[in-house]
Amino acid sequence: MNKQLKNRLMAYMAGNLSCREVANLITEYLDGSLSLGQRLRVQIHLGMCFACRNFLKQMQYTLLTLQRLPPEPIPPHIKEELLRRFRHWRSIQSSPDGSSTEKTSQ
Amino acid sequence: MLRLALAYVPSHAVAEEVVQEAWMGVFEGIGRFEGRSSFQTWLFRIVTNRAKTRGVRERRYEPFGLGNAGDEEEGPSIEDSLFVTQGDLQGHWVTPPQAWEPDTPERALLSKECREAITRAIDGLPPTQRQVMMLRDIEGVSSEDTCNILEISETNQRVLLHRARIKVRKVLAEYLSHEPRSVK
Repeated sequence: MNKQLKNRLMAYMAGNLSCREVANLITEYLDGSLSLGQRLRVQIHLGMCFACRNFLKQMQYTLLTLQRLPPEPIPPHIKEELLRRFRHWRSIQSSPDGSSTEKTSQ
Repeated sequence: MLRLALAYVPSHAVAEEVVQEAWMGVFEGIGRFEGRSSFQTWLFRIVTNRAKTRGVRERRYEPFGLGNAGDEEEGPSIEDSLFVTQGDLQGHWVTPPQAWEPDTPERALLSKECREAITRAIDGLPPTQRQVMMLRDIEGVSSEDTCNILEISETNQRVLLHRARIKVRKVLAEYLSHEPRSVK
C-alpha cells in the first residue's frame, strides 16, 4: 500500500479528525460537552493516535495540578481588617437598638 | 477572590478593598441567600458585582465589555507551529507530545519554581481567561455557574478556558523539559 493511500485510510478510520482538530476539542471532550458524534470521532482518533493520547493526559495532569494549587493566602492585614469589621457588624446585630456595642464590650 | 476582583479594578489595593466589601456584603446579606445557587457561586457573584461597580468608578472596566470576552484574543489557541501545515501529514503533530509520568502534578507542585511559574502564567493571562480558569479549574465552579457569574456565553467560556489551559500546559511542559531528574 502506498504511503498516501495509507495516510488517507488512517485519516478515514480516525473519523477524519486531524490531531490539530482533536487538540482543539480537548477541553470540550474533558468537559463532556461534545455531541455524541463528535465524542465518538475524538475517541476513535484517540484510540489510534498515541500523540493525541499523550496530549490528553498532559491536559488532564495540567488540570490536576491547577486543582491542587495551594490556596491563595489571605494577607494578614486583610484578615485582621475583616475580623474587625465582622466583630463590629456582629455587635450591631446583637444590640437591641441596632447601635454598636463594640465600645462598651471592650 | 483577589484574582477575580483584579480583572476589573486597577490595583491590588483596590481589589483587596473589593474583597473586604464583598465579605461584608456576605455577612449583611446572608439572610437573603435563598440557596438557589451554591454559596460559593453566590459569593463569587458578589465579588464580581462589587468589582465591576468599583471598576466603573475607577474607569478600569467598561460595562458589557466582558460579554465579548472571547474576542479579546485572536488566532488559534494552540500554536500553528506545533502542527504540520502542508502535505499528506497536514494537521499532524510536528513533534508528538511526550508521555508525562502519573506523578507529574505532585512533582510540579513540590517544586517552588514550578508553582511560581504556574502562578505567573495564570496572573499573566488576559483577565477574562484568568477569571474563567480561576472559577472552573481552581475553585471547581461548574461551567453553568461560571457563565452566570461572569455573564458570558457558554461558547465564550469554553474558548477562554481552552486558551488558558493550553497556556498553563505549555508552562508545565517547559518546566518538565528542564526538570532536574533524580538518578535512580
